[in-house]
Amino acid sequence: MVKVKIWGSLAAFTDDQREVEVEASTLRELLQGLGTSYPGLKPQLERGVSVSIDGRIYNDSWFQPIEPESEVVLLARLKGG
Amino acid sequence: MALDSKQVLDTREFKVVGTRVLRPDGVDKVTGKARFGADITAPGMLVGLVLRSPHAHAKIKSIDTSAAEAMDGVHAVVTAADFPNIELDDFTADVRDNCLAGAKALYDGHAVAAVAASSNHIAKKALKAIKVDYEVLDHVTDVDEAIKPGAPVLHEGGGNESVPEGSSPNIMARYEFGHGDIEAGLKKADRVLERSYKTEATHQGYIEPHACLATMGPDGQADLWCCTQGHYMVRNTCAAILGLDQGQLRVTASEIGGGFGGKTTVFLEPVAMMLAKKSSRPVKMVMTRSEVLRATGPTASSSVDIRIGMTKDGRITAAAAELRYQGGAYAGSPVEFGAMSAFAPYDLENVQTIGWDVVTNRPKQAAYRAPGAPMAAFAVESAIDELAKGLGLDPLEVRLKNAAREGTVASYGPTYPAIGLEATLRTAKDHPHWTAPLGENQGRGVACGFWFNFGGDTCVSLNITPDGTVTVSEGNPDIGGSRASMSMMAAEELGIPYEKVRTIVADTGSLGQNEVTDGSRVTFAVGLATIEAARAAKREMCKRAAMVWGIEPEAVEWKDGAAHPAGPNAGTHPPMSLAEIAEIASNTGGPIAGHHEANPEGAGVSFATHMVDTEVDPETGAVKILRYTVFQDAGKAVHPDYVEGQFQGGAVQGIGWALNEEYIYGEDGVLQNAGFLDYRIPVASDLPMIDTVILEIPNPGHPYGVRGVGETSIVPPLAAIANSVSAASGVRMTDLPMSPPKVLKAIQDQ
Repeated sequence: MVKVKIWGSLAAFTDDQREVEVEASTLRELLQGLGTSYPGLKPQLERGVSVSIDGRIYNDSWFQPIEPESEVVLLARLKGG
Repeated sequence: MALDSKQVLDTREFKVVGTRVLRPDGVDKVTGKARFGADITAPGMLVGLVLRSPHAHAKIKSIDTSAAEAMDGVHAVVTAADFPNIELDDFTADVRDNCLAGAKALYDGHAVAAVAASSNHIAKKALKAIKVDYEVLDHVTDVDEAIKPGAPVLHEGGGNESVPEGSSPNIMARYEFGHGDIEAGLKKADRVLERSYKTEATHQGYIEPHACLATMGPDGQADLWCCTQGHYMVRNTCAAILGLDQGQLRVTASEIGGGFGGKTTVFLEPVAMMLAKKSSRPVKMVMTRSEVLRATGPTASSSVDIRIGMTKDGRITAAAAELRYQGGAYAGSPVEFGAMSAFAPYDLENVQTIGWDVVTNRPKQAAYRAPGAPMAAFAVESAIDELAKGLGLDPLEVRLKNAAREGTVASYGPTYPAIGLEATLRTAKDHPHWTAPLGENQGRGVACGFWFNFGGDTCVSLNITPDGTVTVSEGNPDIGGSRASMSMMAAEELGIPYEKVRTIVADTGSLGQNEVTDGSRVTFAVGLATIEAARAAKREMCKRAAMVWGIEPEAVEWKDGAAHPAGPNAGTHPPMSLAEIAEIASNTGGPIAGHHEANPEGAGVSFATHMVDTEVDPETGAVKILRYTVFQDAGKAVHPDYVEGQFQGGAVQGIGWALNEEYIYGEDGVLQNAGFLDYRIPVASDLPMIDTVILEIPNPGHPYGVRGVGETSIVPPLAAIANSVSAASGVRMTDLPMSPPKVLKAIQDQ
């Protein structure tokens, strides 16, 4: 299981939990797991998110490995100018 | 002790990277030969013009184009009804509605129809012949007014699932970040500051207006030339809106006269393509400056409430911010990035930010350099400055005491790896600027800033020509020197002179998908791909040399621009240079090239500290910038001139945002200052030389240690200048811009 920190306004869809656990070994499994376990997150997941894994931010790389002890943080999808 | 470049840089010795070579586009640009968007022409092309709403908010009851269509010389007229009825995702649907209004005109200047005619004169007459029946509606342009009960509503039910029940219908989204217990933290403080701040919308202010030329044949093949930060984005967006196969639309990016985020979307391009399709002629469209200001993206305006608690010795015990950004008439203000970045420079036990995305009757905002971060930094850094000075503390020491470091849990969630904020603060503290004397009515301000940076889809193709020179094709418009930087990294990797490499920006038919030139990504991501493409070419050249020498490829190494035999069984062959291998390529297997396609992640965050001296005229309220120094972590600076230019450019745009630039709306919701005479950006005579200190703290996610530099430099200036002006005038300035009337009133009211 991987512990995932989510941002505060998403806690309304995770039973007020700011940290949830998901069975995942890759970024893709993580996103799928979040959507399955917490369907209320799906609209935001479909609009797009970024994910910090051990301090590095990933936007798209589905098969980025995630270790059980990794620090995983869900972030608003990054954009730039 | 200050950290300078040499003390913090621990990577390899470079030969080309880090030098200040001549820029390849320089001669064309200073002699007027460079071809920008408006310079593109085609035989038989028509002039396309747009009819825009004179109302801030109005229902479009009908549009009668018959009189315009009947005019001699008019070849096509289009409205939103001409777009194919395609179901689009919400974001693209908004882009389409912004290009040509559907049911409602949502802001002054919103496009409602367009014509293609044989001359500009006829096109203008045709616009006048179009009859639009509007039902004018109440409007709102201020972010705080827009969320009050009874405010005019732009989109009923437009808010997403994050918006609490009972909220204003003009709120599109809510974001919350942070950790700890704010109230408990505030109780530990010796002083708590609660303050509200406002910033106005500012335009990216690029010199070159939007321009494009579209052709569309009866066989469905289409070509588009335009000034943009991302021609692949233009291709994909236009194809989606018009129902085309992406492969049938080729987009070529012109030279670009600035973008700063404002050219990361489309305004004219789908309209030009529809006109071209309907008229079966090439159609060229060029915006006027007034159109650029009225109808292309400025940044959001903001209203921010801050609460920060601090102990007597300068430790922040709790920090909270509520941010309201209006991003114009559609969802998508960058408030989430304001909320994520607001307290990112600090190591805080208790921190919370709440962001509200609000719509108003203004043009749809577009990204502007570190979107959303400067407004948040203005509020946070102003509050920290006021608290520090109120407690009699040195504002730089207070920032150092609270600075985020490796291991800090960032306010937006992740734990930082090694970061460069502390280095910028220590360097600033030891810089002569910090202790230089100030005169009467003069003040000094400092502020910190943060930005994320990212990578994204990237393709590079590197070709070895028969004479041993090298061409590099990248898919990102060169907005900050990428042709020079890519040539330098290719030369470095291949071990050849910079002058032997030429980099071009290829069209969308020549390379795979490329992310937009944004997010400070190009030097990082395209640079990485260029290095990998060069490495692929080197492997092939080593293989060719091995064939000639009759040894295994593994027994050949590349160094100093040549293949060398290496290892005990490689023999004593003289090295073969790149040019020698290229000359016999036809005999050893054919042309030699390297390419790399990837989505590099791990761009690495960036921090900066800015220091500025100002003088305030107590008689007029006018502010003069006396001295300005930027301290920023750039990772490895590939071309220091360009890096310094990015630092200086961000600072100057921040000076404009802080002092003069603003969108001014009348009571009728019409923009009052849609021209550069009334919308005042800084000019050279307003500015001192902007001094820069580049800190080279390598990014471990890039082979040469490169990180993005283009956006962070606009984050600190608003607050740094406000802190300076507040010190000089003796009154705390909380509303931007600090234009002379506003500063004078503040002085008189104190």
